[in-house]
Order: sequence, then C-alpha cells, then structure tokens
Amino acid sequence: MSLVRTLETLDRRWIFLIVGLLVLIPLIWPLPLPLTVSRRVQGFHDAIESLPDGSTVLMSCDWDPSGKPEMQPMTRTALRHLFSKNCKVVVTVLWNGGPGIVDEQLRFVADEMGKKYGEDYVNLGYKAGNEAVMVLMGQSIASTFPRDIRGGVTADYPIMKKVRNYSSFPLLVSISSGYPGTKEYVQQVQGRFHIRMIAGVTAVSAPEYYPYLQSGQLLGLLGGMAGAAEYEKARGESGGATRGMVPQSFAHLFVAFCILAGNGVQWLKRREAHA
Amino acid sequence: MKREFPLLVTALIGFFMILSFFVPHQAVSVPADFLQVCAVIVVAFGYVLGGANALRVNFDAIYKRQPGWPYKIVLVVSLLAMVIVGAIEGKGFQGEGTRFTWMYERLYSPMSATMFALLAFFIASAAFRAFRIRTLEAGLLALAALIVMIGRVPIGDWLTGALPPNLRLSAIQEWIMDNPQNAAKRAILIGAALGVMSTGLRVILGLERSYLSGED
Repeated sequence: MSLVRTLETLDRRWIFLIVGLLVLIPLIWPLPLPLTVSRRVQGFHDAIESLPDGSTVLMSCDWDPSGKPEMQPMTRTALRHLFSKNCKVVVTVLWNGGPGIVDEQLRFVADEMGKKYGEDYVNLGYKAGNEAVMVLMGQSIASTFPRDIRGGVTADYPIMKKVRNYSSFPLLVSISSGYPGTKEYVQQVQGRFHIRMIAGVTAVSAPEYYPYLQSGQLLGLLGGMAGAAEYEKARGESGGATRGMVPQSFAHLFVAFCILAGNGVQWLKRREAHA
Repeated sequence: MKREFPLLVTALIGFFMILSFFVPHQAVSVPADFLQVCAVIVVAFGYVLGGANALRVNFDAIYKRQPGWPYKIVLVVSLLAMVIVGAIEGKGFQGEGTRFTWMYERLYSPMSATMFALLAFFIASAAFRAFRIRTLEAGLLALAALIVMIGRVPIGDWLTGALPPNLRLSAIQEWIMDNPQNAAKRAILIGAALGVMSTGLRVILGLERSYLSGED
C-alpha cells in the first residue's frame, strides 16, 4: 500500500492520540514561551485599574461548565484585580447552567483574599429572561433579583444599600461564552444606559466583538485562554491560563499541520492518478 | 377574530416597546417595565413547559423502546434527581455545601466540560480530512486561518522571534483581525441588524404571521 493510501485511510484515533499527547506532555513538563500583552487586554486591565478604590462593580458571568478552561482563569483574575482595589462586586448570571460554577469561582477568590459575602461581594444568581432581564436591571437591580443565590433578600445586604440600577456602577465586566452575554449587554445596556464596559469572551467568539472595541463601546477584551494568559501577565500572575498556553500552542500547531498534511495527501493522490 | 386579536396585541405592544426606547417619561416607562416583567415570567414558565415536554417525549420513547432508549432512562433519572434534590433543599439550594451543589460540582460540571473538550480531537481530525483547498478563495482563507491560528498563541512569536516585530506572526494576525476581519464582521452585523429590524417591523405590522400556528 502506498504512503498516500496509508495516510488517506489513517485511523482517526492516531490523530486523537497525538492531540492527547500534545496537550498532556506540556502540562507535565511546561516550556517557557514568550507572551505579549495586546492592546485589547491592556484596555481591559486599564479599565479596572482606573477605577477609584472601593468602587462597586457589576460583573455578569454568563458561562457554564462547558467554557470552564477559558472562562475560569479570566473570571478569577478579574475578581482578584477588583478585590485588590477593594472594589465591591455584584455578580449576576444569565446562563441557567452557570450559577454553581460562578459561585465556586467567587468563593475561591474571596476566601483567598479574605472578602466577606454580602459586604464585599454578592452573587445574585440566575434569572431567566435574557435581554428582558438586562433591561429590567436598568430600572432596579434588587427588584430584578429579589433573592440572591443563597436565598437571602438582596436588598438586605450591606453591599446593595447604594446599588439602584446601572447608574450605580462605574464599570460593567461581562464574562461570557455566548448568548446571552457580551453582545446583548452592548446592544441592550451599553447603548441604552451608557455604562463603561469591558468583556472576556471565548476565543471562537472574540472576532464578533472587534467592531464594538473599534467603536469604543467596549474598552477592553479578553479573547479566550490566550487573552486570559495575557491578562495574567499584565497582572504579574501565573495562573491556569498561562499554564494552558503551551498545550494550546502545540494543539494549534498540530491543527495547522493537519490542514497542510490533509491537502498534501490530496495533491499527491491527484498526481498519482495523472501518472 | 381568532387571528386578528393576537395580531392587534402584537402590533400595539411592539409599537409601545419601540416608543419606550425613545421616551423615558413615566407614562411610558412604567407600563414598559411591567411588560418586561411579564416577559421574564413567561420565559420562566417556558422552563416548566420545556421540562414537562422533555419528560413526555422521553417517557414515550422509553415506552416504545425506540433506538437509544436506555440513554433516555439516564436522561429522565438525571433530570428528576436534580429537580427532586433541588426541591428538597428548598430556598438556597445552590448555596455552599448543599447536596444539589455537590451534584452540580461533582457530576454536571465535569461531564459538561468533558463534552466540550472532546471538540479539540474532532477539530484536528476534521482539519486533516475535510479542509480541502481547491480554489484561490479557499487558499486565501486557509492562509489567513493558519496565520491567525498560530499567531494568536505564544508559539507564533517563538517561531518568528528573529524577524522584525511588524513581520512576526502575532503582528500579522493582529492586522488581519483588526482590518479585513473587522470590516467583514461590521458588514455582517449591519446586514443582520437591518434584517432583524425589517423582520421585527413585518411582525409588528402583521405581514409576518409564521409565529401564529405556522401560518405564512
């Protein structure tokens, strides 16, 4: 059997095995790779950095466990950044599969930084209704989310005493991996209530938000794990995203190789047929 | 009347909600807020209907022993288990240390992440088998894809580190993303927005009636 025929009929499990090894090996033995902080990530970092200490910030975490590898590092780094400036964080979730995993991140970072629930942060949990919920929050946050994720009355928490609607927040941080998320916040909230906004999104959806960056509706953008790794670098941290960069680099390189190899095989096959 | 009344309600509420975007006066904003709350309540009832429908469809498939029926048993049992445990926990069922949270963190979360992680394997396999460059346009697309794919991760700069900064893969991919990609995306967004506006107007004016019992 010729090489072309062998490659053409290659069992896809070989490809799966190579991908698995390319991801696994660099996780065990990491390599130092250069990482540059892009304008978009610097914009995200600077928007938080420019907040007055002690500000109350709205953070909408619209993702679920399927987006964990990309969204978890950026959520944790953004929370650490906000807490390090003594900002108070009001968290909402518009994905029905998300409240649990978002609460896990909040508890993790809050415990690490000694922050108190209800005073320094609050998780208002999930509310069904997508864009309708976003618009309702423009009238009153407490009446849109009457109870938080723990079942407590939202308005009773000290952190919520000064919170009315979007006008109470100097910044909206949207961490989202799809619909409803950043795009809907730009369209329904940023455009209507003129709140300053930054976003962290999945790599695959990041190109969708470039027009909003160009128009100034988004001040900064973290695109996928690479964006999260750049943000960690800008913050001087080395977290999950930085560790994930080497496996992701090798996986990208292998996919690029697969595209070229697949086409090379087809080209050789055509040449053999003509010969 | 059976058809005209829903069309009239749609038209009135549609025009009113458009008006509420431009008129912040209380006479408009208060009823508009009420309608938004109604929308949220209707969506919440949608979940109840969705859950009931999932149970009905799957019970039916199990009863008729349709292909893959054992998997449907797993689905029904999982659905009921989460609902029952959540209901028993009561208010604050999603809080720290509850049985519902344990099920979410130990079962749902890893299984959901695993399903998504499998994509990496299938993308690599599909790249080898399906991404065929047969035309000039496909060639340009593949070239842009390769540059962006490698340029967006640190290995791109590592491979082209010896070149001047403007010629490195990360700089070229930035240019592709900021210019041709952004221009195309903006055009798509504007086109889609115009489409949404015209469809919305057609619904409000009663020209688009497919939402009424599948009628055109």
